[in-house]
Amino acid sequence: MSTKKYWRGIEEINPSEEYLAKVNKEFEESSDVPFADVESIENAPTTRRDFLKYLGFTTVAATLAASCEMPVRNALPYAIKPGDVTPGVPLHYASTFVDAGTAIPALVKVRDGRPIKIEGNTDSKLWEGTTDARMQASVLNLYDAARLQHPLIDGAKASWKKVDDKVKAGLSGNIYLVSSTVNSPSGNDIINKFVAATGAKHVQYDAVSYHGALEANKNSFGKRALPMYRFDAAKTIVSIGADFLGTWGSPSLNTKQYSKGRKVSKANPNMSKHIQFEGAMSLSGMNSDDRVVCRPSEYGAVASALLSALDGGSVNLGSDYLNKAIQAAANSLQAGSGLVVCGSNDVNIQTVVNAINSKIGAFGTTISTANTNNTKLGNDSDMMAFIEALNSGGVDTVIFHDCNPVYEHPMGEKIAVKLKSTKLTVSLNDRKDETAALCKVVAPTHHFLESWGDAESFSGYVSFIQPTISNLFNTRQWQESIMTWAGAEGTWYDYYQNYWQGKAGGQKAFDEAMQLGLWEAETMTMSGGASASAEAAVAAIAAMPKAGADAVELVLYEKVGLGHGGPWSNNPWLQEMPDPISKCTWDNYAIMSQTLAKKFGAEWTDLNEVEREKQVVSIQTKNGTIEMPVLVIPGMHDKVVGVALGYGRGEGVGMAANNGEVVTGVKVSQLAKATTTGISYHMMATIKGAGKTYPLAVTQTHHSYQERPILHEYTLAEFQKNPSHLADKREHELGHYTAANGVNHHGGHAEQNGNHAPAAEHDAHGVGKEHGHDHDDHGQTGGHGHAKKKHSDGADYTEDEDWQEAYRDNGTLYHMEEHPNPGLKWGMSIDLSTCTGCSACTIACQAENNVSVVGKERVLKVHDMHWIRIDRYFSGDVDDATSIQTVFQPMLCQHCDNAPCENVCPVNASNHSSEGINQMAYNRCIGTRYCANNCPYKVRRFNWRDFNGADSFVHNLYEDGRRDSINNNVTRMVLNPDVTVRSRGVMEKCSFCVQRLQGAKRDARKEGRVLKDGEAQTACQTACATGAITFGNVNDKTSEIYKVRHQEQKERVFYTLEEIHTLPNINYLSKIRNTDHVEGRADEHGHEEAEHGHDEKEHKTEKTHA
Amino acid sequence: MTIQLSYFLDNVDNFPQSELTFATLFSQKTKQMRIPQCRVQIRILTVFVFTTLCFLLGAPVDANAQDGKALFSANCASCHHPLKDGTGPALKGVDGRVPNQEWLYKWIKNSAAVIASGDKYAVNLYNEWNKTAMTAFPNLKNEEIDAIIAYVNSVEPKVASGGGGGDVADKSAGGGGDTWLYALLTIVLLLAAIILSQINKMLGKNANDKLGLPTKESIPFYRNKVYIALAAILCFIGIGVYLSKGGVNMGRQQGYMPEQPIYYSHKVHAGINKINCQYCHSAAEKSRHAMVPSTNVCMNCHKQINEYTGAEEHPLYTAEGKEVNGTAEIQKLYEYAGWNAEKKDYNRDAEGNILAKAIPWVKIHNLPDHVYFNHSVHVVSGKVACQQCHGNIEEMDEVKQSEELSMGWCINCHRETNVQFADNHYYSIFEKYHQEIKEGKRENVKVSDIGGLECQKCHY
Repeated sequence: MSTKKYWRGIEEINPSEEYLAKVNKEFEESSDVPFADVESIENAPTTRRDFLKYLGFTTVAATLAASCEMPVRNALPYAIKPGDVTPGVPLHYASTFVDAGTAIPALVKVRDGRPIKIEGNTDSKLWEGTTDARMQASVLNLYDAARLQHPLIDGAKASWKKVDDKVKAGLSGNIYLVSSTVNSPSGNDIINKFVAATGAKHVQYDAVSYHGALEANKNSFGKRALPMYRFDAAKTIVSIGADFLGTWGSPSLNTKQYSKGRKVSKANPNMSKHIQFEGAMSLSGMNSDDRVVCRPSEYGAVASALLSALDGGSVNLGSDYLNKAIQAAANSLQAGSGLVVCGSNDVNIQTVVNAINSKIGAFGTTISTANTNNTKLGNDSDMMAFIEALNSGGVDTVIFHDCNPVYEHPMGEKIAVKLKSTKLTVSLNDRKDETAALCKVVAPTHHFLESWGDAESFSGYVSFIQPTISNLFNTRQWQESIMTWAGAEGTWYDYYQNYWQGKAGGQKAFDEAMQLGLWEAETMTMSGGASASAEAAVAAIAAMPKAGADAVELVLYEKVGLGHGGPWSNNPWLQEMPDPISKCTWDNYAIMSQTLAKKFGAEWTDLNEVEREKQVVSIQTKNGTIEMPVLVIPGMHDKVVGVALGYGRGEGVGMAANNGEVVTGVKVSQLAKATTTGISYHMMATIKGAGKTYPLAVTQTHHSYQERPILHEYTLAEFQKNPSHLADKREHELGHYTAANGVNHHGGHAEQNGNHAPAAEHDAHGVGKEHGHDHDDHGQTGGHGHAKKKHSDGADYTEDEDWQEAYRDNGTLYHMEEHPNPGLKWGMSIDLSTCTGCSACTIACQAENNVSVVGKERVLKVHDMHWIRIDRYFSGDVDDATSIQTVFQPMLCQHCDNAPCENVCPVNASNHSSEGINQMAYNRCIGTRYCANNCPYKVRRFNWRDFNGADSFVHNLYEDGRRDSINNNVTRMVLNPDVTVRSRGVMEKCSFCVQRLQGAKRDARKEGRVLKDGEAQTACQTACATGAITFGNVNDKTSEIYKVRHQEQKERVFYTLEEIHTLPNINYLSKIRNTDHVEGRADEHGHEEAEHGHDEKEHKTEKTHA
Repeated sequence: MTIQLSYFLDNVDNFPQSELTFATLFSQKTKQMRIPQCRVQIRILTVFVFTTLCFLLGAPVDANAQDGKALFSANCASCHHPLKDGTGPALKGVDGRVPNQEWLYKWIKNSAAVIASGDKYAVNLYNEWNKTAMTAFPNLKNEEIDAIIAYVNSVEPKVASGGGGGDVADKSAGGGGDTWLYALLTIVLLLAAIILSQINKMLGKNANDKLGLPTKESIPFYRNKVYIALAAILCFIGIGVYLSKGGVNMGRQQGYMPEQPIYYSHKVHAGINKINCQYCHSAAEKSRHAMVPSTNVCMNCHKQINEYTGAEEHPLYTAEGKEVNGTAEIQKLYEYAGWNAEKKDYNRDAEGNILAKAIPWVKIHNLPDHVYFNHSVHVVSGKVACQQCHGNIEEMDEVKQSEELSMGWCINCHRETNVQFADNHYYSIFEKYHQEIKEGKRENVKVSDIGGLECQKCHY
């Protein structure tokens, strides 16, 4: 048991009565249970007899009516079957996930003609199969019913011919093609042809600008692009306000590389050090080893000071805390292999950062300028020039491709006004979003899963997009539209094929490239050699206006799920994904510290964390005022407020983003400051209470452990000093179960066990020294009869035999059902050190297992359905942002061998398989929910409604219209046909992706060979960019999972709530933090007394609760 | 009840108000399930009520015909059909047509000799049938010939009202007839029993009167508490059996034989022409679905085979007894496949795509959505024959579901079937079982031993 105090929300620090009452209930259900309202029943005009009559009649009538008809089902074969298709057998196509400039090589699983799941393409040498939450969710966008289903002219349905005629006729005068970053070689080729043919100007901008960094890089090393950062090669990573694990740069690649430097084991007890300077809480900040809290307006000063410190100069930022932190960062960077990244969009700050990287020799070692990152190439100056031209009437025709400036650009409203009076406006967007709604012509493009294309997101690393389904709607690829308007003949596919055949050398090479989906450089070039002079930049930073001590700063940030908006705003999976930082779903809010929140009144107490209603504040900036509900996030700078982009969408974006009646959330992009030198996303703000409340669906208090300790965390130094500390501790606490309970042979321990106090008694001796494996010591002081070690079946334990076996056999009060595992035994290991909490696994699981979206109203009632949730634990002092540390723990069904859920099921719907899986038979389940109540891990989910078939009766959709966008026959095509779609009244939970395990076993069996390790993988495992999840057959001693558990990582292994003898089949690896201290923990070295004291307190609490 | 039902069903558009009775309710089902399930259920009731009498009478009924059927199939069926002229004449009522029984024995044992003897009837018959000689059956005994004749005389033409088809239809039709016979017999016997008991009572009363003993006043049976209790219990059990049977069978379709868009005879293809099942159902070893073949697979053969020439040896009948023109059915296939038989080519659109439509076959073997069944693993590693689950499909013209496809049925097979333990290297990980086999503690490994009964083998 860890001694550290962890809490998921402020309410857990000093739990109030209200909070305890709330979390004691598994589900909030009063409003759902029929007849819960006794009074209305007593006063009902219908008598009991009438009720029974009706009940009887309807039951009989329904039974008779139902039993009389069997539907006739048809089996429609192909008329002419394509040769490579076998119904029921999925095909995997190599393609590429694209999201504006971002492109990640993908493997698309196509089942009977429908793409249903996206995985990373593991053949890519650069990406190595990495994915993220948005990539996992992108398949749902394909089936988004809000996509435009045909072209529009002046808002009315039109034919492609009319569209082409109209556009071609209008292509005269000053023509602009405005787009997000285009890094597709063939796409750029066709754009160049269009530009040459029409004299158009091509303007690129990014929804969230990287202009400052790009300009600085252009000055420093002559390439207007982000370099390739090598987080895997870096020993020290300093990030100044860059959420590189969540949203900045290429987050999924960053995460992949970052995690490589974070894997610690006894054999390799080294890891990178990550120092994060930031004002608002970000995913990177939560994962950092040392998090330094400063205001966004101080980023420049921090960078300058860091440069100065590296030069050996003095650091004086007027804050001892910052000075020390910068000095420490400089010292760490000087040790070599350093890397500094910065999220600022200011060219001067980025220039200083380049100078720092140059100084520490990062160019060429941890930064490569050869393989540049082309995902962000937007130019704010060009965009401002375009807006200027638009304003002055200098634009005759404008075509928007893959961008939505009316919504996402700070000058959006100005653009909107002028678009109406522009002669010809064309949008190529896939939906009638804020910009397309104002365009005279909308020529909707395909989803990427329907497209031919390519992307060179990193120079030298091209990945190809090939269609996995023919277009669902009457749409046309944007390239084909552009080439048609440029006057070219033929189809886009012919053009594309020609283009790549020319490069690849023939049809065969082209086919092979498409099959692989990749065209990658053989080796990565690590070149650098930048020598940036930063003196002018330092001076410019020094001249920047400083924020007053009391002034509050507003930061506009991107959420890990929705990003800047785009189609993602209408993705119900992403909308319902609890944000890793806030654990909030479906809504936008202002995040701030408790200290700041309290200034607006006493309402922000811990109670408010439990209440769904949150106080709303009005945030006033130079560019406007918005109102946002407040969410208290520990670790926020006391003078910083964060608000996310991506909400407040127009009607045409879709129901999940905006259900047509209520604009959900407020558009905030207009608050950003746009200048020709770049857009600034932080600004001064005045905050006032708005005197109202708004409900937010936050999942942080759901599924509470009620203070049971569930994590283990060490500093790297502690781990290096004694890697076995955790293992020893576990053995010390549990290793004395050498005989069955009730056999009173170890000094009265049996009674103690019955009283739930073994650890307390145990701690009375032997503490304060290295416990090691010194059994004799225990024997003398505590009377543990190690001499009588026996298996439950009577066989003697040998001295060196695993104590875990003994605990397994004897650690329970009750008779434990034996589950022999003659063949396979599945097991999973999750590394808390490498897990960044990015939530890709949550979405992957949702896509793979048909997990329902329940809607905001249901989330508020604790009815959320995610099979794998990421628990976010804070530690430290809630009022001291600098002390906050965070640990993420993915929590899913632990597949206990001694599962508490199994023996309470009255119908045996939950039971154990011979492969160690806790199985759930849905159609046997009668919905008592006993299992959920008895699950110590709170991982079981109950279907309160028929979430996937809600539209089967007209007008039967839910109170929360936003989730209903998933209930139509197009969107249901995303369902995995190998997994049952659960309906109302059924319990469900993680199945270890049993359909995948069964599939892998089936293949092996059909081929008559042994199942290979790694053949059966769970969806969360394949989605995890960090490789934190290992899964396999524990009975196979050559498997990865066996090696992790019993060899490579055996020191870090622990099981959650191990002491209650549930015997989980999922183990965790302790969190190792490369820092000097672990917050909230009394200095543990040599002070185990403190631990002891805490433990006793823990037990007392438990008794009281019981 | 009927009134209440009609009240309820008034509001259901599908049901015409005027015909609301239990029978119409059930006939809703029979429209689709050409197996008269309501009748089966009614029969269960009837049979139950009269069990005691019926089972005594049941056994000996057409024992002869049963033997005769086997003999007929083995010896006669290749040339004769009971109802239809084939190579030889239809045989039903043959004993009435021929001069006498002895003649028939002689004819069957050696027809050539009869013809040679100059028998007028024989010569006429010979000429009438294009002088086709009938094979001699000298080994058939007279009793066996009687049995064959009894069988051919028992064969009734399949009639529309009979519902069902094939074996089940035969059985159910026969069963239905028997039921009325049983009922009649039962009523007669019951009447006899009542009369006898009345007589007995009267005689007893008279005897008592003679002896001067008092006679207990007789209570009519409908007021006799024992009878009432007995009747109540019987009713309770009967309705219980009826309801639970109905409940258990809900959603099960054993015997289901829907009408298909094309009369496709598995017997002609798989039985007579011996086409391998997996020639058409080629996904059976690759996929969870065995796969209904696409029309282009049909056309592989049917480009050449454009008429059904087997009508004589194997005439095709629908379940209703209507004769089917095989050639016309092939024409239907051409319609779907977009095949122009005259041009000997497909109809194509401007881009050269074949104008083919999918054939909307009616799915017969349906499993509930929450069941995962995979053909490939059963066929490839389980080495299960198609017939084990689908019945003698090569004997069926129209396919019907032969097994009940219930969970108990699946589980039972998993309990009884041995896995190919030694032959399949996959199972080498089950070291314990290999050890036990080696030590002689275990003879074989059943599917259930490797987890074949666990929920998530089929439900996930």
